This record gives sequence, structure tokens and C-alpha cells, in this order.
Amino acid sequence: MNKENVLGFLKKNTMIIVLIIVVAFFSWRTGGAILLPMNVSNLISQNAYVFILATGMLLCILTGGNIDLSVGSVVCFVGAIGALLMVNVGAPVWLTIIVMILIGTAIGAFQGFWIAFVRIPPFIVTLAGMLAFRGLSNVVLNGLTVSIKDQTTFVNLFGGGADCYIHDFIGNGSLNLTCLFGGILAASALVLLQILSRIKKKQNGYELESVFAFGGKIVILAGVIIAFAYKLAQHKGIPTVLIWVLVVVIIYGYITSNTTVGRYFYAVGGNEKATKLSGIDTNRVYFLAYTNMGFLAALAGMVTIARLTSAQPTYGQNYEMDAIGSCFIGGASAYGGIGTVPGVIVGAVLMGVINLGMSLMGVDANMQKVVKGVVLLAAVIFDVVSKRGGKMIVKN
Amino acid sequence: MEKILLEMKNITKTFPGVKALDNVNLKVVNGEIHALVGENGAGKSTLMNVLSGVYPYGSYEGDIVYDGEVCKFGAIKDSEEKGIVIIHQELALIPYMTIAENMFLGNERGKKFKIDWNETNKQARRYLDIVGLRESTQTLIKDIGVGKQQLVEIAKALSKRARLLILDEPTSSLNETDSRALLDLLLRLKEERGLTSIIISHKLNEVSYVADKITVIRDGATIETLTKGKDDFSESRIIKGMVGREISDRFPKRESHIGEISMEVKNWNVYHPLYKDRKVVDNVNINVRKGEVLGISGLMGAGRTELAMSIFGKSYGENITGQIFINGKEVKLDTVKSAIRHGLAYVTEDRKGNGLILSNPIKINTTVANLEAVSKRTVIDKHKEYSVAVEYKEKLKTKAPSVEQHVGNLSGGNQQKVLLAKWMFTNPDILILDEPTRGIDVGAKYEIYCIINQLVAEGKSVILISSELPEVLGMSDRIYVMNEGKIVGELDAGEATQEKIMAKILQTAG
Repeated sequence: MNKENVLGFLKKNTMIIVLIIVVAFFSWRTGGAILLPMNVSNLISQNAYVFILATGMLLCILTGGNIDLSVGSVVCFVGAIGALLMVNVGAPVWLTIIVMILIGTAIGAFQGFWIAFVRIPPFIVTLAGMLAFRGLSNVVLNGLTVSIKDQTTFVNLFGGGADCYIHDFIGNGSLNLTCLFGGILAASALVLLQILSRIKKKQNGYELESVFAFGGKIVILAGVIIAFAYKLAQHKGIPTVLIWVLVVVIIYGYITSNTTVGRYFYAVGGNEKATKLSGIDTNRVYFLAYTNMGFLAALAGMVTIARLTSAQPTYGQNYEMDAIGSCFIGGASAYGGIGTVPGVIVGAVLMGVINLGMSLMGVDANMQKVVKGVVLLAAVIFDVVSKRGGKMIVKN
Repeated sequence: MEKILLEMKNITKTFPGVKALDNVNLKVVNGEIHALVGENGAGKSTLMNVLSGVYPYGSYEGDIVYDGEVCKFGAIKDSEEKGIVIIHQELALIPYMTIAENMFLGNERGKKFKIDWNETNKQARRYLDIVGLRESTQTLIKDIGVGKQQLVEIAKALSKRARLLILDEPTSSLNETDSRALLDLLLRLKEERGLTSIIISHKLNEVSYVADKITVIRDGATIETLTKGKDDFSESRIIKGMVGREISDRFPKRESHIGEISMEVKNWNVYHPLYKDRKVVDNVNINVRKGEVLGISGLMGAGRTELAMSIFGKSYGENITGQIFINGKEVKLDTVKSAIRHGLAYVTEDRKGNGLILSNPIKINTTVANLEAVSKRTVIDKHKEYSVAVEYKEKLKTKAPSVEQHVGNLSGGNQQKVLLAKWMFTNPDILILDEPTRGIDVGAKYEIYCIINQLVAEGKSVILISSELPEVLGMSDRIYVMNEGKIVGELDAGEATQEKIMAKILQTAG
């Protein structure tokens, strides 16, 4: 490997390398506590909402660096409606889920309408949404907490409460074999898919990375998945919420990289006028991005009230910032058109690890915010500067 | 003995991996207009950036001797202090500021904390009078045309006491009249004020009109300097120096096989999207046949682009009325999508702004207008997409390491080929090419002409909109002349000449 290849590799995988360094740093400072099975498991459950929201936020950001500030409030509002439906009205779980999804999507579509068709700046529309739905959450909840502790079906389904893990169907010992085998299965599937795709690429005459680099990449990937599954197996198994996160990540990862609709998000962010003149309905793309954000906010709302087994008017505060931060740390461009779902997930994990690591170290909560702010700024500076070829200051 | 104002000696500039300039020498005599010509990427702009301090002293090798002393410019400010002012191709004016504000931006009259507006306007007026621009100093830049904006740039340069003016493609977005006026202004400034200019241009007729000397640069090296009165200044002579070979024919031959009418536009009217009472296209009736290259000639602002875009799915204008017939049947093309479906393609004149996604690779740009063709039920077949992109890259001889290359990193000519590939992939029957060779070098132009010939040989119709008269004349089977939104003439290839076309335009101009 020559110097250019190394630099290219570093640039392409910056955040993964940073993630490894950060994990190494915290396992040193916490005496390995951050890698304890329980903490790995908590990392997932605590940050599930970030993964879900960041995926949706990526679509908005792709369209041109547009963000959705309202998601935190929408999570809270949809959660409040769901809790009230179950507790006060006694609605069945399936109905509650449908209503929550409908309301979230409708809110997204409402905001999307103004953004896409009337072309009101997204910042303004979603700022308004952020204020309005925070207020409405308070109104519907009367400023009180509604407990959903007794709604066990709902809570278990969305990964909350005490029984928030997938049952072990195979083993009965301390090691959750279902989880372990699931991990091995996932790793094998991934390796298989990668090899198939490489074979097909070769047939089509692509320029390929060396066999060595390719082999190294899939071995490491598979290794990480299995190690991760093993950690979870040592605790209580697969957190139920992980299934939801995986479903979202896989579906949206596929949409963004393999479908025509996904391609349109990148095209609009890259050059809206050219996209329009290519016969693509750009209004629809904006509308879809924000409608979808509402839909995913509803899902995040379910996960949130399940985990906290209640709904409160303060839930979801700053969730939008976590999602936006993950996107930018994960390599999405603030100008749109660039960013991937896997990148965003790495960004979200990095944020999660920093949160967890600092909590374990006993760093004061306020200082944690300071650190997160610095990390966000540093990540984007690094991204921008490295794309500019290492030049720090833009010449006048 | 003539005085040498500027001498650039043995300039060598290296970028990582490429030698952009290799021992370039340039000698400019005081009071002359010196043209710098060369294909795109030959190194003209790099040389001027070295001169103006964009690439500071130390980042290149060689000496700049200006006015008898060796200069070491660290920034643009340093060269401007010496009176070297560069006007870039993309004008650096701020639309929502007035002419006067723009002229003295960064160079404000008055005190640091109090701008003297009277002085600003007075000075602005003075320089506007010198360049002959009859506009109020209070007019906003956005309200005047590109031609006038160019004059503001020159007035601004003069206000900085420019002694050496560098103009990078000053006429690339001007029509013939405005271009001529600009060139005459340079001649006048030379006569009256002894102003020295260096002009970079692709338009060789303008170069031979205005320049006293022509320096030809090819592949980062100076090839020759021609002097007016001593050397041959003809276009073919200059082209020979630029490409290193004689282009016996600037336009490839083709045998026309013209068939039936493929598209007919009747009583077409279009109004301006903002000024709703301004008619941009006025009762236009045109038709194009299968296998025909139809030229549309006219000055900039004649309404050609507006006509084309309004036909292409009403992507420009308001209150559009009229009828379109394709193969004899009337069609309603209300969206770009329906236009594409009916076999239309519009290759924009603004490839960076309206045509390409610069941050994306060639591959994605090639398929974006016809993604359905490489996907099954909305899922993209990436392997198919890749092979399509490779196919077109080879077919159009696009020069790039691979189809994964980002379009923003390509030269103008190669970008244009990617844009053509994008539209050829939609498999159109009628292609509207709007200024397809603007700002690209002679070699790439020839290749684009060959592609046009190939398209009509396949029985497609090509509508060629171009501001360059030789191009329209050399390529078209039939030519419409457009002026002020109207079709003012129709000429067959056999009878058309530059003079006849200009005459048609001038007859109706008023």
C-alpha cells in the first residue's frame, strides 16, 4: 500500500478510526467497564431513539442541509397521545400503534407541505413545529405524567420495562445462545452478500480494491458483529428495541443506496435545478423527507414511552439535536447531497459511547454537554478541512 | 524603443502530480492588447493567477518583472497595488448592491467608520462615463444585463488605477453587439489612456480583431507569439498553433438524409415568470425534421433558451400558449417528465448550474434522467448502471480515469460530454442542444460536432442553439433567426451567411 492509499483509507474511515480510539480511551479510563456486557446492552437501549431519528434526519439533510427541529416535540406529542389512548381510553395496543403512526406521519406531512410546495424555509416551519407540539404535549397531558407500567404488551413490544430482551429459545444457561447464533448468522449473511456483490462487480469490469483489503474488511466486520453478539449474549440477549433499530437501519440503508427514490434525495441535494430539469419532481422529494421524518418520530415516540414506561411533557427534549449531531459527525454534508445511513449510525454510536463513557467516569452532566459540543464541531471541521485537501484557513 | 511593461520569465508551476506551467515566457509591451489563447487546460488561467498573486510568490518558479522591477506578490492585494487588475470570467459583483457600492467594495471612499457616499457616487460616475455606461450609480447590479455588468467591472478596475488589465473570457456570456462594444472599449482605453490589457479568449475572431500580439499556450508551455502586421492573424493560423495541427475542416462533413417533420410548434407565446406582462417568446412557429440539424441563431437575450425551455415541459415562463405536434399528433407537455416521455431532451447551456450534479460521479449523472431504465420496480441495478455509464464514456470519448470520477473534477469539454450522455441515455428523438460548445476547447468542440452528426444519422432531430455564427452555419441544415422573442427569418444552409443572419437581426432590432 502506498501513501496515497493509506491517506484515502484514513479519510474514508475517519469516524470508524475515531470510534475505535474513543472506545479504547474509555476502556482504559473506566478499567474496561465500558465493554462490560451490561453497558454494551445499555448503549443500544439508551440510544435507540437516536438511531431511528438520525436515519430520518439524514434524508432531510440530504435534500440540501435542511434539518427538522420539531422531532423532539413530535416524539413527545405522539408519545403523549399513545399513553393517553391506552390508559385513559383503554384502546387496544394495535389501535394505539396505528393512531400514533398516523398522527406522526400527518404532522410530518403537514410540515412537509409548507416546506415542499409553498417553499417556506424548513428551519422556520420546524421551529414552529417544535414550539407548537411541545405546547400541545403539555396541553393533552395537562402537565402531568401518565404511567403506562401496566400496558405490558406495548412496553415489551417496544423494548421497555424489565422484560425487554428477546427470549432465549435454544440454550438455558448464562449465555444467551439465540443471541449468539443470531449474530453469527448475521455475520455470515453479510460476508456472503459482500462476496456475491464482489463477484458480480468483477464480471462487470469494475475497478476493485485488492483481495487483501477486501478480505480484511469483511473479516473485521464479521468479527465485530460476532463479538458484539457475544457481549449481548453474556448479558440477557438481544434487546427487543435492537430489532426495531435494525429494521429501520436496514430498510433505510437499502432505500438510500439502492432505489430510485433514494437516489433522488442525493440528486436534489447535489443540484436541485439539474434534478428538476431531469424530470424529477423535486417538491415530492422534500415532501417525502419531512413526512418520513414524522413517521420515524412516531416510532421513536413509541420506543421512548416504552423505555420510560410513561409519558411526560418534557420527554424528547433535545432529541433533534442528538439526531442532527449524529448525522454531521457521521459524515453528512451540511450542504446536502452527501451522507450515508451506515455513516450516520457510526456517528450515533460515537455520540452514545462518549455519553456512556463519561457517565461511567462520573463526569459532570454539564461538562458532558461541553464535550459533545466540542466533538461535533471538531468532527465537522475535520470533515470540511480534509475535503479541502488539508487546508485549514480559506484564503481570502 | 517600446517599453516592456511586464515580463514573465521561465514560469514553472506544479500542482501535486501535474506540471501546469513549464517554463512559460510572456512579454507584454506597454500600451498593447495582448491576447492569450490556448485550449482549455493549456494553462492560461494558471499563468494569470501566478501573475495576480492568487498563487503567491514561492509557490512557483521563475520571475515576474513588472515595470522594470522583480515582483514577489503574496496576494491579489499586492498586485492590485501595482496596478495589475484581473477580471474573472465569473463576475464578482453583488446583485443587491448598487453599481457605486460594488465599484468601491473593499476600497471604500471616505473614512474607516464613515463612508463618504457623495464622493463614492461622484467617483463612480466619473469612471462609468469613461467606460461609456449610461446607468445611474444607484442602480442595483441585478437590474442590469451581463454586458453592462462587464462594463462596471472595467470601471471598477480603472478606479483602482489599473495599468495592466487582465480579462479572462470577458465575452463568453455576451452577445455579438455587447462583445463588440466591449472590445471597442478596450481599444479606446488603449488609445486614450494607454491602458495595457491581457485578454484570454476562445473566440478567435475577437482575438484577431482586438489584439496587437497573440501568445499561444499549449500544454503548459508557450508555443509562439504572433504580432499584428508581421504574422498571419487568421483563425486557422491561430488554431494551428493551439492544437499543433491544421484543422482543415472545423466542422465534420455529413450527408443529410432529411425525413418528415418530427416536431412542430405553433403560435407559441411565453411570458416572463416575474414580469408577467413581458412577452419573452412571441408567436413562434417552427418545425424540425427527422435527420435534420436545425440551427437557431440570434443574440443573447433573443429568447432562444426561453423558447427551448418552455417547450421542454414548460420549465420556463408563465401563461404559455400554443400547440406542439410530435409526429403529426398534438401533445401536451406540461411537465419535464412528459416531455422526456415524448422523446424530447434539452441539453442546457448552463451545465454547472442546470445540468450536472458536480458532487456526484459520472455514473450517477449519466443515469439520473432515466433511472427507470436501469432499475426494476424502483430498485436500481447498480451493475447495469455502471455498464451503461462505461458504455457512454467510451462512446463519447469522455476523458476520465473511471466513471466513479466526480463530475466537478472534469474539464468543461468532458463535463459537456457527460451531460450529452445523460440525455442520449433517455433515448430521445428530438434533442435541443443549447450552446453545446460554450467554453470548451477546439478539440472537444470537434468531437461534439461528430456526436451531433451521429445523432442525426440515426434519424434523430437536433435543434442547435448557438451564439457562434460559424458554428450555426457550419453545422445546420436550416437556420431560424430569432430576435426579441420572434422568429425573424428562416434560411437554408446553402444560402445562409454570417452577413445575412446579422442583417435579419438588425432589420428587426429597434
